[in-house]
Amino acid sequence: MTLMRISDDALALACGADALAAAFTAAGCTVERASSWGMHWLEPLVEIDGQGFGPATVADVPAILAGTSPKAIGPIAAHPFIAHQQRLTFARAGRTRPLSLEDYHATGGWAGLTRARGMTGAKVVEEVLISGLRGRGGAGFPAGIKWRTVADAKADRKFVVCNADEGDSGTFADRMLMEGDPFQLIEGMAIAAHAVGAQSGYIYVRSEYPHAIAKLRAAIKLAAEHIAPFVLEVRVGAGAYVCGEETSLLNSIEGKRGEVRAKPPLPALKGLFGCPTVVNNVLTLAAIPHILTEGGASLYDSLGIDRSKGTMPIQLAGNIKHGGLYETAFGISLDALVNQIGGGTASGRPVKAVQVGGPLGAYIPPSQFHLPFDYEAYAGADALIGHGGITVFDDSADMGAMARFAFEFCAAESCGKCTPCRIGSTRGVELIDRIRAGGKAGADSVEALPQMHNARKAGRSREEDLQLLEDLAETMKFGSLCALGGFTPYPVMSALKHWPEDFGK
Amino acid sequence: MSRAERLAAILADHAATEGALLPICHDVQAAFGCVDAAAEAAIAQALNLSRAEVRGVVSFYHDFTPAADPRPAVELCRAEACQARGVDALVAAAQTAAGERVKIKTVYCLGLCSAGPAARVGDSLHARLDEAGLVELVKSL
Repeated sequence: MTLMRISDDALALACGADALAAAFTAAGCTVERASSWGMHWLEPLVEIDGQGFGPATVADVPAILAGTSPKAIGPIAAHPFIAHQQRLTFARAGRTRPLSLEDYHATGGWAGLTRARGMTGAKVVEEVLISGLRGRGGAGFPAGIKWRTVADAKADRKFVVCNADEGDSGTFADRMLMEGDPFQLIEGMAIAAHAVGAQSGYIYVRSEYPHAIAKLRAAIKLAAEHIAPFVLEVRVGAGAYVCGEETSLLNSIEGKRGEVRAKPPLPALKGLFGCPTVVNNVLTLAAIPHILTEGGASLYDSLGIDRSKGTMPIQLAGNIKHGGLYETAFGISLDALVNQIGGGTASGRPVKAVQVGGPLGAYIPPSQFHLPFDYEAYAGADALIGHGGITVFDDSADMGAMARFAFEFCAAESCGKCTPCRIGSTRGVELIDRIRAGGKAGADSVEALPQMHNARKAGRSREEDLQLLEDLAETMKFGSLCALGGFTPYPVMSALKHWPEDFGK
Repeated sequence: MSRAERLAAILADHAATEGALLPICHDVQAAFGCVDAAAEAAIAQALNLSRAEVRGVVSFYHDFTPAADPRPAVELCRAEACQARGVDALVAAAQTAAGERVKIKTVYCLGLCSAGPAARVGDSLHARLDEAGLVELVKSL
């Protein structure tokens, strides 16, 4: 009887993994459902004794079993896409069954938690500080400093909250981690709880991820005795992108509208239900178990460049030939990621732009592909790393339309609390439409009304409209309460700067 | 079980939940296909909130609707990564195939960004859609 492994990751399922598994079972094979290796262009990927076949369809079953399939890719672990990675957070990807405590234990699971519980909370915080781990959600704030703030706060109740509201287009690492290795996230949260003195925690998952929700709930049940007395609960979002912002996420868990809170007070001091709260992204918390193993913190600190330490699970998405999850130390260039590892565009056309960091990230032209993957280097180039998602566009992309979409998305998802974001986004859509339509000649019907005596009666030149757009971007950038309004100018202004020809004449 | 009994059961399930409003709204939406005015009133009563507070939450989140829509729905991702893979060119054909019978709903990101265009029907996911695949999916509902 042949034992085969097929992923049950949502992407594999979306590409027909269940039907494939059923076909192999019908052919008399034993099918084990493992996590995904992250080579998405090969999903569903079939693994037999370490050999890979993909992307496999039901029609490929006889040939794969006969050993004559042209879909054979050789040993999976030796595939260049896998072999060149440095996987710490995703060390188990493809190698274990997501809900097997046995597999988790056999691959070093719970070692970090056991060691952490033998140390004081303060010592655990110190190790996280030494590792140089920065928040992987986008802001890149040092995790250890956040933890120390919560640990030092005096309160009867404290919380650990995991931000799993991965709404950025082009990102899926949180989803893969939750579906593929849920115990690692749970262990990381239990370590965080021990470090800061929290009794309970929440994982806030977006409702668009039903498979991740189911896996996490099952995993929490299985792991309950390992993490006790710490208790964990999954809370499900309700389709609001802005709830990925930490304060609006906290409001959402509390049962309120997901509106952003003004800071201060910091969530670390007054967070969930007014109590000191650690809010970290999935990837931040999932990096913790490894850091807390013997020597883990110094290894983490030795990787990466400058102040960007450790590894980053980078997500290759959009119009890319070899898309998937690529975890590597900071410092890698976009050229290596997009052209060498990713193999260029899926359509075979030239790359026009990549958007790094989700809908709020800047569009970067190939002329800047030498930029090293590093928080500060990107900030210096008016771009951001965000959650590490890279969305590739080929030369058919209309960057003026993408800039308009950025405003449109902001308008659709704005929580409405602050004016620059709520109104600026809508005005931005109108302004870009006007610029792309070649401006307008005179006053419109509203501006022409006699009571609108402050309204401008003459038309605007293109230069004046572009100046207005720049003013709007400045206002949103510096006047918005959170990153939704504050970062929407990045995709807009980068598109305008690098591809002015896409904004009409 | 009558509607009122089901609603009461949902509320009882969450009696001990801290910050119960979203979990309750999810259960109500799943049970009745909407969170309507009558449900809002009952939820407000159970949680000791004003109707306005409950209405504010229901109207804030895209997942909750004030009236049920019995049509099957295809949630089509229209975010950047799926745009880069050409989703916009599929929309017209999908709309034509859907007509009034199927609802085509826009969502932003299903986390399948390396294999778009992607769509979701309930808990079943579909990736690498081309025009024929999407039309077939719409017609199959």
